[in-house]
Amino acid sequence: MKRLSKLVLLSALGALTLIGCNPAGKKSDKGGALSSSAAEKVYVAPGEHDEFYAFVSGGFSGQLAVYGLPSGRLFKVIPVFSQDAEKAWGYNEETKPMLNTSYGFVPWDDSHHPDISQTAGELDGRYVFINANNTPRIAKIDLTTFETTEIIEVPNSAGNHSSSFVTENTEYVVAGTRFSVPVPQRDMPISEYKGNFKGALSFISVNPEDGGMDVKFQLLMPGFNYDLSHPGRGKSHGWFFFTTYNTEEASTLLEVNASQNDKDFIAAVNWKKIEEYVNNGGGKMMPANYAHNVYDEHTHTATSTMKKEVLVVDPSEVPGAVYLLPTPKSPHGCDVDPSGEYIVGNGKLSANLTVHSFTKMLDAIENKKFDGDAYGIPILNFDSVLAGTVEQPGLGPLHTEFDGKGNAYTTFFISSEVVKWKLGTWDVVDRKSTYYSVGHLMIPGGNSQKPFGKYVLAMNKITKDRYLPTGPEVTQSAQLYDITGEKMELLLDFPTVGEPHYAAGIPADIIKPNSKKIFKLEENKHKYAALSEADTKVVRNGKEVHVYMTMIRSHFSPDNIEGIKVGDKVYFHITNLEQDYDVPHGVSMIGANTSELLIMPGQTESFVWEPKQPGVWPFYCTDFCSALHQEMQGYVRVSPANSNIELSWSLGE
Amino acid sequence: MMKKSKLLMLLGSVLILGLFIFPLWNITLEAPQYPTPLGMDIYINDFADANPHDIKNINLMNHYVGMKYIPESIPEFKIFPAVIIGMSILGLLFGFLGRHKLYLAWFILMSLLALAGIYDFYLWEYDYGHNLDPKAIMKFTNPDGSIMGFQPPLFGTKDILNFTAHSYPQLGAYFLAAGMACTFIAFFVGKKESK
Repeated sequence: MKRLSKLVLLSALGALTLIGCNPAGKKSDKGGALSSSAAEKVYVAPGEHDEFYAFVSGGFSGQLAVYGLPSGRLFKVIPVFSQDAEKAWGYNEETKPMLNTSYGFVPWDDSHHPDISQTAGELDGRYVFINANNTPRIAKIDLTTFETTEIIEVPNSAGNHSSSFVTENTEYVVAGTRFSVPVPQRDMPISEYKGNFKGALSFISVNPEDGGMDVKFQLLMPGFNYDLSHPGRGKSHGWFFFTTYNTEEASTLLEVNASQNDKDFIAAVNWKKIEEYVNNGGGKMMPANYAHNVYDEHTHTATSTMKKEVLVVDPSEVPGAVYLLPTPKSPHGCDVDPSGEYIVGNGKLSANLTVHSFTKMLDAIENKKFDGDAYGIPILNFDSVLAGTVEQPGLGPLHTEFDGKGNAYTTFFISSEVVKWKLGTWDVVDRKSTYYSVGHLMIPGGNSQKPFGKYVLAMNKITKDRYLPTGPEVTQSAQLYDITGEKMELLLDFPTVGEPHYAAGIPADIIKPNSKKIFKLEENKHKYAALSEADTKVVRNGKEVHVYMTMIRSHFSPDNIEGIKVGDKVYFHITNLEQDYDVPHGVSMIGANTSELLIMPGQTESFVWEPKQPGVWPFYCTDFCSALHQEMQGYVRVSPANSNIELSWSLGE
Repeated sequence: MMKKSKLLMLLGSVLILGLFIFPLWNITLEAPQYPTPLGMDIYINDFADANPHDIKNINLMNHYVGMKYIPESIPEFKIFPAVIIGMSILGLLFGFLGRHKLYLAWFILMSLLALAGIYDFYLWEYDYGHNLDPKAIMKFTNPDGSIMGFQPPLFGTKDILNFTAHSYPQLGAYFLAAGMACTFIAFFVGKKESK
């Protein structure tokens, strides 16, 4: 009897331990019952499509990745500013010009802020724009092909960070400089920064027909750091707002020296006024040197043109165009709510969030409520433009987005959380932790008049223990929250490619129907295209040899080439004759000092091969294209430089 | 007022011209890799893609088993249209003559021509499915050891390796059928009217 009760006691203890252990292990996130519903909310069944596209920048990877939400599945990494051997971006002859700059070929950059084109203040899904931070450039990605089709360098700029945000009808994509620099660049003592360096805010016009970009004008502002920006919308359409820090104009130890002023500024720029000024001949054309690279979908080829001048505007010469709104403590994010009334300055060293009112700003301008000026630009009285303050919401506010239902969501880097608060009452409604140290956040359409307030995506800077460890360098990560209820709910963590710096989201239905399936062969205008096997040939021009080759399931034409010599420079121009959805072919040549090519149906791409020794060298298809993929190969015979073997080529002989 | 039979005969003779607007037949091939199936519409004077590039892609598939490419044109594309125009004119002529026995004659002639057309289509299909390149990449045999053919069904649905092939008449064929039905009814109505 005694033994029996002991057994019962032991098993009861055992059960307790089990019960005790299990929830403890999971508790760090949320309860068991909740997580099952979270799983359902992000589950997209096999073969089903996600509700949203998320275009997530890769930060230091220089690219732009395409994910589905709510699943967090990765679909494509669009190469933009960095070479990508997988897609031959910057390796093949066609795309090398895309990475040309005034500094020559730059194979890498830091891609930060994607923004989707808009019409009448709503996402239209034609293009995504994104900025290169390091060597200042703005790129445009065409959302019918999901390829980068245009890159324009931004002159007089450095640390192109307050970019690339579009106005309400995509009149402009705007690029502000983070680092002020001498304009024009010149050899001068760094210590003479103050008063001599300039901060260029560039307004790049976007052609409504073909999306072509052109630097319409640059506003040469005082030498502050222009950190982030956003357009006015609705009632404030026609204005653009830029946060500034380092209004101290320090050039060394900025962490201390640029953190001294109690208030920095949000610069409010009336771009419509400046546009009118330059359209009437205002501004000054100054010599410059910057690259404009355009990829043509029909020639499948990019061209790079150096532009030699740029129109600059001195703000003091356009009275009433620029004002400064005092904003506490080195504001980082500069976000405008869907109505266009509220301008949120996320003072990253402040404990409070400062919100300015557009209506009050206009009134302060009207009634000249100024507190002095900076280099001739009026500084508006802080209390006269202040709409309200969100008191002590967290530590280190960085960025705010809006759900279109009167709520704002702000990230706090230091306290590592997303805080939901109400516009107008400035009350904090909810807060949820992020894992860890969140930077930007994204609500699809959150930078437009019409947000789709279903999810918020938090993009973190640190993940530490959130995933299986992979040595000192661990994955980067984003987190998805459901924001349909009063309280936010964490649904999903998912790894990302590169630093998920910022993102732009859009309902899939806006883009999906326009996504191209193939390139039409009859529209292929590539200079070296062979549009049928009958057009294939090999042409020698001195030491340069051009191979006009085709590929179709499951062979190359020609697949035997003889008469190539050591010392030749052989250009392979290969056209994929397929016209079927999702039948790319790849190609690579043994020892070629370049990447493979991955060629879509109807497309032509080229790579260069400089054979170094005599022999017979194989090439093959690198994409598993068909049942006879392994048979898709060919040979090139390379003879000594002095041989007199005639050029010949064949298929199936 | 025009007689009902005459009206029907004239209508029937015109209806068959629908074959110049709508496809006669359609062959559709379904496979897991083709969520949008491949399809070919057969007109009396043309083979057409159901979706852009379908015929090219059918050819690409079929070359693995040694089937010939679907030709750009076949002699029937000249003969069939001439026959249909001829029959339409003849039908109108008979209609204006208003003799119901001619209506029946027209109907029988058209039926024979249609049967000949279907038989011709069958022969082409048989050749297309059986006359395979001896150097075919993949050769399949039936359980009895004979060479497997890939003839699509004349009418209906059939599994061919990884594909399910559907072969069904289209709107053009219905116009032909409706036209012929009109002339057939015209005969009976005409017979009644002449009593």
